[in-house]
Parts: sequence; C-alpha cells; structure tokens
Amino acid sequence: MLNYTIRRLNLLFFTLLVLSVVSFSLAFLFPGDSLTNLSGVKSPTPIQLASLQESYKVDSNYFWQYIAYLRLLLDGDWGISFTSQQPLLDDLSTTLPATVELSTYAFTLAILIGVPCGIIAGLKHHKIFDFSILSASLLGYSVPVFWLALILIQLFSLQLSLLPLSGRISLYFDVPIQSGFIIYDIFQAENIDKTAALRDVFFHLILPTLSIAIMTGTIIIRIVRRSVLNVLEQDYIKAAYGRGQTNAQVFWKHGLRNSLLPVLPLIVTQFTTLLTNAMIVEVIFSWPGIGNWLIQAIYQRDYPAIRGGMLMVSSLVIMFTISLDILIRVIDPTKGRKIRVAV
Amino acid sequence: MNQRALFLLSFILLSSCSDIKHNELSKKGVIYCSEGDPATFNPQLDTSGTTADATSHQLYSRLIEFDPNTSKIAPGLASSWLVSRDGLTYTFQLRRNVAFHSTSYFTPTRSFNADDVIFSINRWRLDNHPYNKVSGGNYPYFVSLGLNEVVEDVSRINGYRVEIKLTRPDSSFLANLATDFSVILSEEYATQLLAQGTPSLIDTKPVGTGPYKFVDYRKDSFIRYQKHENYWQLGDIPEQLIYDITTTDSLRLAKLISGECDATSYISNSEIGAIEQRPNLVLNERPGLNIGFWAFNTQKEPFNDAKVRRALALAIDKNTLIEAIYLGSADRAHGLLPETSWAFEALQNDTNFNPALARQLLDEAGIPPGFSMDIWAMPVQRAYNPNATKMAEIIQSYLQDIQIDANIVTREWSTFREELKNGEHDSVLIGWSADNGDPDNFYRPLLSCQAIKSGTNRARWCSRRYDDLIQEALLISDIELRKTYYHLANAVLAEEMPLVPIAHAYRYQAHSDRLHGLKINPFGGIRFGDVEKR
Repeated sequence: MLNYTIRRLNLLFFTLLVLSVVSFSLAFLFPGDSLTNLSGVKSPTPIQLASLQESYKVDSNYFWQYIAYLRLLLDGDWGISFTSQQPLLDDLSTTLPATVELSTYAFTLAILIGVPCGIIAGLKHHKIFDFSILSASLLGYSVPVFWLALILIQLFSLQLSLLPLSGRISLYFDVPIQSGFIIYDIFQAENIDKTAALRDVFFHLILPTLSIAIMTGTIIIRIVRRSVLNVLEQDYIKAAYGRGQTNAQVFWKHGLRNSLLPVLPLIVTQFTTLLTNAMIVEVIFSWPGIGNWLIQAIYQRDYPAIRGGMLMVSSLVIMFTISLDILIRVIDPTKGRKIRVAV
Repeated sequence: MNQRALFLLSFILLSSCSDIKHNELSKKGVIYCSEGDPATFNPQLDTSGTTADATSHQLYSRLIEFDPNTSKIAPGLASSWLVSRDGLTYTFQLRRNVAFHSTSYFTPTRSFNADDVIFSINRWRLDNHPYNKVSGGNYPYFVSLGLNEVVEDVSRINGYRVEIKLTRPDSSFLANLATDFSVILSEEYATQLLAQGTPSLIDTKPVGTGPYKFVDYRKDSFIRYQKHENYWQLGDIPEQLIYDITTTDSLRLAKLISGECDATSYISNSEIGAIEQRPNLVLNERPGLNIGFWAFNTQKEPFNDAKVRRALALAIDKNTLIEAIYLGSADRAHGLLPETSWAFEALQNDTNFNPALARQLLDEAGIPPGFSMDIWAMPVQRAYNPNATKMAEIIQSYLQDIQIDANIVTREWSTFREELKNGEHDSVLIGWSADNGDPDNFYRPLLSCQAIKSGTNRARWCSRRYDDLIQEALLISDIELRKTYYHLANAVLAEEMPLVPIAHAYRYQAHSDRLHGLKINPFGGIRFGDVEKR
C-alpha cells in the first residue's frame, strides 16, 4: 500500500512538473515578449521592468528562468491578467469556486438521478421499465451537453420565461465576493433579503445543473444497472432466495451493498468528465466560473490568464484523479489498477 | 420499504426539479443590458457611444440639455442664459440648490455653483490646468471641434452667474454645451482628490449631479448605480440602475426576452422580427442622426486623385448595400446630413451606380486593371454600419467588376482605431453618430483639416475652400443663410468625393413594457433620468 502511494505521488509530482514546464514554455510560444506574457505587466515603468527582470531572471539561461518561474509560482505570484490587471491568483480564486460549486451540485444531482434509476432498471431488467430507462439514458448520453443547454434555454427561458439564462444571481442582489461560493457569500452579505437571494440562486442553478447532470446521470445509470445485474446472478443471491427471503429482503440485505461498492470508484471518476462539461456549460449560461473566464481570456488574447488558467485546471484535475486513485485503493485493496469502466 | 416505495422515492427525486415558480424580483430596479465596458466614467475623455450611454445622462447634468422630444435646447443646470449682440459673450444664470452625489468616497459640503462650471470647462480648455493631463489628458470631442480655441475665457460674475467669452462667434456653441460630453464635474471633489494626491479617481469614482450615483463597477460584468435622493429634477425613478455588460448580441436579446434585462441597446436588424412578436416588449424606432460611409485615405497615392475617388464611388451600388447590410432599415445617404437635419439639401448630387464610367475614369487616371487596394472594415457593430465586414465583401465584388483587387483588412477595435489615426489605411468603412442636432457636428469632425489631428477625419482630407465655408457658416446665426453655406460645402464634397456617403441607419431600442419614459435620445447617450418602472 505504501509502495503504491509513493508511486502515485511520484506520478503526481512529475506530471505537475511537466505541466509547469508546458505553462512556462507557453509564455515563449505565445506572440509577444515572454516577460510580458509571464508577468502580465504590459507597459512597465523602468523601475518595474528592472524588478521584473530580476525576479524572472531574464538574463540567465532558460533553465534558471524556469527555476525562477517555479519559485514565483510556489510563492503565489502567478503574474497579473492583461485585461483585469488583477493578480491571476485573485481572479482564479473567485472563478474556481463558482465552477466547483456548480459541478458539485450537478454531480450530486447526477447521483440522485443515476443511482436509483440504475437500481430499478437492474432489478426490472428486460422489462418495459428497464427498456424505457435504458433508452432514455441512451438519449441523454448521446445529446451533446452544449446542445442540451441551448434546448433547455430555448424551452424554459425563451418560450416559457420561467427560468433565468445567465449568471448565478440576479444583479439586483449586491452580494460582495468573499469566498466565491455564492451561498456562503449570501449568508455573509449585509443589507439584502437573504431568502429572496437564495431563491434566486436556486432558480439560476436549475438549468446549468440540469444540463451537466443529465449526461453524467445517464452514465451512472448504466454503470449501476450493469453492476446490479452482475450481483443478481451471484450464487449468494440465489442462496438467499433459496432460504425463502422476499425480493425486498434479498435486495436490501445482499443486493444493494454488493452492487454499489464496486462501482463507487467508477462513479466518482465521472467527476472529472463532469468538470469539463461544466466548463462548456458555463460559457452558455454566462456562469462566472473558470471555463467562462478562460474563454474570455482566449478571446481577449490574455496570455498570462490562459497560461495560469490552464495550469490551475490541469493541476486540479490531476491532483483530484490521483488522490482518488489512492482513496480507491484504501477502500478496496483488491481492485486497484484494474478499474475499467463498463457501460 | 417495498419496491413501490423505492419507485416513489426515485420519482420524487427525479421530479423535484420541476417545482418552478415564476421569479418575481424586486420592482425597484432597472437592468439595462449594455454592449461593452465604458472606457472611463467621464464622458469628456471619450467619444464612444458605450461610454456616453453608461455615464453621461445617468451620473451628470449639463448647463444646457436637449429636449429629446423637440430636439431643441432647454435649460439644464443653467436656468437661463444671455448671448451678447456680437455673439461673443454668453452669460449663464445657474440653478441654486443642486446637490452633488453623496457617496461612500465623497460627501459634498456645498451645492453646485459657478466654480464647478469653471472647473469643468477649464479642465479640457487649459493645457496648464492641474487636471488637464489627468487620465490621459485627451478630450477628443472638444479638440476635434476646436472648442479649446473657441473659448477665450470662463469667468465668475458671482456664485451663480458665469460668463463665457469666445474668440469668434460660433452659432453651434450652445448646442455643443448640451452634448453628452459637456458634463459638469464637482470642483470640491477635484480639490479634495488633488490634496490626497489621487486626481485620477475623479474619472473612475465619479461624482456628478445626475439622477443616479455610482456604487460599483466590475469590468466585463456590471455597473451598479443607486438613486440620487437629492436629484434636482423631480421624478419617481427606481432605487437601482444596473448595467449588465453583455457583449454578445444574441445574449442581450435573450436576456431581454427572458426578463433578465429591462432594456437593451444595439438591436441588430435581423432581430427586429423576434422583438415585434413579443407582446411584452416595446420596440422604439427613430431615424438616426448618423452616417455610414466609405472614406478614402486622400493622403495616399492614388487616392489623392479626386478622379480615382469618384470612379470608386461610381463602382458601388448603394441601394444593394442598404438592402443587404441594413436589411432596408436605413435611408440612402446623398451627403453627410440625414433628412432629419434642418440643413438637409433635398436636391443634392449623388453618385449613381455606373461601373462602365468608373472603369473609364480609372483608365483616365492611369490606374491599370489588376490594381490592388485595401478596404478596412471595422470589427464592431455600430448603428451606422451593422456589419462592415460583409459590406466590405460586397464592395470587393463590385470592385472586381472594374478589375480592382480589394483586400479586406480588419483588426481588433482599439488597434484598428489607432492604426486608422496613423493613416495606415487605403480606404475604410466606418461612420459617425452625431452628438447634437447642429449640422456643424457632421461637417467639422468628419472632414475639417483640424480633425485629421484628432483622428475623426478618416479621409485625412484637408481643403481650404471647405474649411472656410464651414467656418463662415458658424459665424452666422440666421438659419437660412447658414444653410446656403452648407449647401456650398456639399458641392465641394460632391466634386472632391473624399468619402462616399452610404446610409443613414434607423436607430432601434427595445425595452420591456414595464418601463415607461425610455425614449431614443436622437443626440447620443441613453437617458434613464425620466424612466419609471411599474
């Protein structure tokens, strides 16, 4: 186990190292001056320029420049954005929570839809209920996320005028950004009607959450259904029936745990897919998260922001995946690396 | 729990998200979907429509205002004024008890008086004024009209009376004081900022006397204004005014339809149908005081030859352009002025589509078949030209017919304007929206010699004859006589053809039927001072 953990951490370390090299080289590959692309300072005064050259070690060779860059990264100095002229880390710390928040809600919803539907489909397999869930899930699985989002907007916002289509809270509510997590910020805010604000947040959440959750939800349905089917074929289930237990008894005592435990890791790994979907959906719903922020950075050719955003997102995904790997090993040592997604 | 209960549970979970009620939000605020970030919060510093829309009539007042209904000048912060017989001295009687905004960063101790007027005018007029160089120190509107040279002196007679002396009579002077740009700033706030050593805050944390005061601004996101309780004009305006900065056209329309915005700007012509279908949306239409044109860089060969310019003008069919680009919602332009201007000349000479004659003129001027030129197409959408790139493509095909190869050039908007100002273009598709009803506002900024320097003369064309005519016109207050001068200037333009006038576009504005009192301001920025929400 220790050996495995060390191997994983090793992988994490080197991947992050490669990412930092890539992000460093981006500054040279983008058009313009590499120092400007790294620091984000567009027209520095001579004094600023001197101090930037000093901290980025412009005069030494690429290796030492990279070391200087790495040191600045670790110190939390990621440079500033061309457009907002704010430190990148500040921008990231307001946009990232918005994405995490949206993804978490969507993931929770996906599990709430996926697990019960998957179990029912598994229990009733090859009956009409199973077929309808399966075909619905196939449909949900095949629809591109951005298209689904647009259809939902068309229906609920433009045709029925029921739900808002942009942002995460109406501009009527002046909620100062503290943590970046809107619900926490609402409780911290003063002079606003908190109930109304929370209700408004809820309405803003519905469409983006739904459009991300449906795709992941359908994948979860298929994973869970398959697992339930597997378990139902096991000898111990037959034995339980043989002891005269009812369907419900068999399911709750033997079926549920045994079918969910092995697929739990599979379900959790869907989170990274969901995160990328969330970043696409953000752009459609003008959600102030990191996906939207990165797209804006690309439109405005904000090179430091593209570099910083890419580094932040990829590091997070890798750290998440690797800590998950370790966690899975802890929960179920027999499985380990043999995980394959069976859909 | 049996299977039925399980089924019921999952059904509830599945349907829990369908519990949707209509979202009734605060009726106390107005949200306006604007198309971009303002460059500054002081319209003296910028002529762009976005800045004027965001700031001019919301934060500030002027000495004189345009009445949006009659298009005539009306009292603003000056309750009355006198013009001396020689047209050189203007005396303004100022309104008393006009309060400046009291905000988190400034608390006024006195109300508006003569010092504020003197400060606001001297800031752009005097090179040695302590605030002249603050925030870049460019005052494009005043400089392009030469107003900094027209005004000789601004002096205080008493606390509520100001005298402005001019170096020469200027019949458009009062109209210029009523534009979006001639706002009145607080002298007390400026003095305080100067003492603090942070003068540039005057343009980013603004203080004025307008109906709304500044609260917060986040780039690419929103501007938040709050009602100014002591606004000098009565009116039951909403508590909040919020600008939702939404750069995508279709998204602005979508937000208007879903009710997230109460009003929006820059409706594209193809979206008009969608708005008219909605019973709860109101579409305002008004012939705009604007012009979209194709200007030639007359300082470059061979466009310095009037014959070449005329030939190119003859090569394009304006009616087709208007149908294709403006979808019919524009009038064909014969000259600089739209039909709504009092100086409009009905019988003005116009070029007709005649490619054969165009080729002949080019041959005479020695332009061989296969000659290549650039057409610069502006990257943004403006009322006067909703799609410059597409227009450039159509013109490109017209020029192909007379054996001229046109390359379409486009850049990011700020770079585009910068390079235009440096005269790097051969020809450009761009336009102009007037800031006041005076014809001088078209003739001078677009084609006078002085406007080359300030960057609004895209043709970089300078003619003594033309300059003298429009200068003479300003010295005269008799309208009929002034018209004659402008008609003579039209004749010079028809002969020299520094630019090809293409269209005067209609202006559109859409809002929800809950807003009352929102009108299209024919001269520039949107006004929320009279808007109520029910």
